[in-house]
Amino acid sequence: MVLLRLAFRNIWGAGLRTWLNAIVLSISFVAIIWTQGLYEGMAEQVSREMIKVSVGGGQIWHSNYDPYDPLTLDESHGQIPPICQQWIANDQAAPVLIHQGAIYPQGRMQQILLKGIDPGQQIVQLPTQGLANHDRLTGLIGARMARKTGLQKGDYITIRWRDSKGVFDAADVQIAGIFDTYAASIDQNQIWLPLNRLQRMLAMPDQATMFILDREFSPSKIPEGWLFKRQNDLLANIQEIVQAKSVGASILYVVLLLLAMLAIFDTQVLSIFRRRKEIGTLIALGMTRSRVIGLFTLEGSMHGVLAAIVAAIYGIPLLVWYAVYGLGLPIDAENYGIALGQRIFPIYSAGLIIGTTLLIMIVVTIISYWPTRRIAKLKPTDALLGKTQ
Amino acid sequence: MENEVQVKTEHLVKRYPMGAESFPALQDINLQFMKGEFTGIVGPSGSGKTTLLNIIGTLDKPTEGEALLLGKTISKLTHKEGAKIRNEHLGFIFQTYNLLPVYTVFENVEFPLLLLSMEKKERDEAVWQALEWMQITEKAKVKPNQLSGGQAQRVAIARSIVKKPKIVIADEPTANLDAKNSHRILQLMVDLNKDLQTTFIFSTHDEKVIQYLRRIINLEDGRVASDELVELNGIATQE
Repeated sequence: MVLLRLAFRNIWGAGLRTWLNAIVLSISFVAIIWTQGLYEGMAEQVSREMIKVSVGGGQIWHSNYDPYDPLTLDESHGQIPPICQQWIANDQAAPVLIHQGAIYPQGRMQQILLKGIDPGQQIVQLPTQGLANHDRLTGLIGARMARKTGLQKGDYITIRWRDSKGVFDAADVQIAGIFDTYAASIDQNQIWLPLNRLQRMLAMPDQATMFILDREFSPSKIPEGWLFKRQNDLLANIQEIVQAKSVGASILYVVLLLLAMLAIFDTQVLSIFRRRKEIGTLIALGMTRSRVIGLFTLEGSMHGVLAAIVAAIYGIPLLVWYAVYGLGLPIDAENYGIALGQRIFPIYSAGLIIGTTLLIMIVVTIISYWPTRRIAKLKPTDALLGKTQ
Repeated sequence: MENEVQVKTEHLVKRYPMGAESFPALQDINLQFMKGEFTGIVGPSGSGKTTLLNIIGTLDKPTEGEALLLGKTISKLTHKEGAKIRNEHLGFIFQTYNLLPVYTVFENVEFPLLLLSMEKKERDEAVWQALEWMQITEKAKVKPNQLSGGQAQRVAIARSIVKKPKIVIADEPTANLDAKNSHRILQLMVDLNKDLQTTFIFSTHDEKVIQYLRRIINLEDGRVASDELVELNGIATQE
């Protein structure tokens, strides 16, 4: 308690130097919480959107299905098993058939995925009802796809495919709707078609590539030849991508933190040099060397506390503002590799704030302690004369 | 009680290394300091006064011989034991005052009591009493940089006696003071010595200090050249 009081008086008495250190350190505080909060928000936003429009409560894949290998698509479909038919009837699962095709926007060929889905499904939040009750072949595309191909609602586009018997065929699809999502995996390079029509087009009656399960539904049995993919497994890649990107961004705050640490280290070294006489006096007055080291370390560490206070003063309004209004992303955020909205809303979890505070406190304490070790080597008689060894 | 030995040195030697050689700062010092003494160690610069005080004050250790402080062998004290003994029983007054710059006068005087973990009420009383002794209560809330040399030294003395130590060690306490302030401070120390029976050991070569001393130890080239008891009406030679 005595050391705490003394340390507080000392750093308070150091005036501008203390505040400069605290301000530099507080910038690290806010930057770390902001950037990490941004990535937490990003991960949360992506996960929520993916669950809403694509992942659902998990998926059951045909055992040959590999979303990263389009060459296997011809083999990755099968008859809808009876148990799955039951789930479909109970609105617990939505079948999806996936096949390769091509379109010709502006006369150029583009490989796409043809995805068949039941227009009446309620499992994922896609406007599939737009595919129902049409005599014509209608399709849904995402906003990214629309931008890329220049397609608008009501436009026609020719699609070409090869059916299960190896016969090539083509048809004109009218765009019945354009949906807006930041889940690129259900938007880019694909057209959603009515499941029954696609099954007929491909000569794959009653077949599917996968089933998207309802969020409240947990299958008790998985049919043979099909694989259950849990929600977490399906989101793992996305989380890993966010994690990898957050590591890249951490370079910014590592640099900031290093600058702050350098400032504190420098202050400590200077402080010990300038206050040699004071150190000698403290020892003469009865302080042990370890207590003097403790005092100087505590003084350094208190920069962390002050920085937290300074960070709170300007950081809380700033962080809250971002949490409420979000951070607008430039258009090329589409190329970020994951589903992102036009705005990201950071999430500052208790773990993030406590973790960041602890991290900074521990680093500041170590940095503060480091130069104070030389006090142990200081002879009090020399210190009283202002000498160093 | 007045015959109680508080400091004793036996064949005390202190040498400082100087390259391959060593420089003898103190040689064969045999002294005793009794309770309530008001003693000055006098001599020219480099005669070993400060070295002797540093050893008595447990800030340094002898190279040879023994020094006993309150019955404890200084050379055998650990850092922690040395700190404890300084904390509880010693007061220091420095030539350059050595006040802690960021503390007020009150806080500077309070500092040794904080190290003793004294209760706040008791601490406050002791600090005000020390400030009153030094007649500097009006400066209690002032920082050291706003004090004159005389005022700063009075604060330093208040700090040294606030815990009522057994021994006060003063290294050239009047070296930076004018004559008026020197006399005022010395008179205050004489009064404290009488009132509290605190042992005062000075190092000085200031003539103004010498006239207040009741025992004068002359050091020359690290050796005791003379050790004299001073009577009120004259000087009585001890050795």
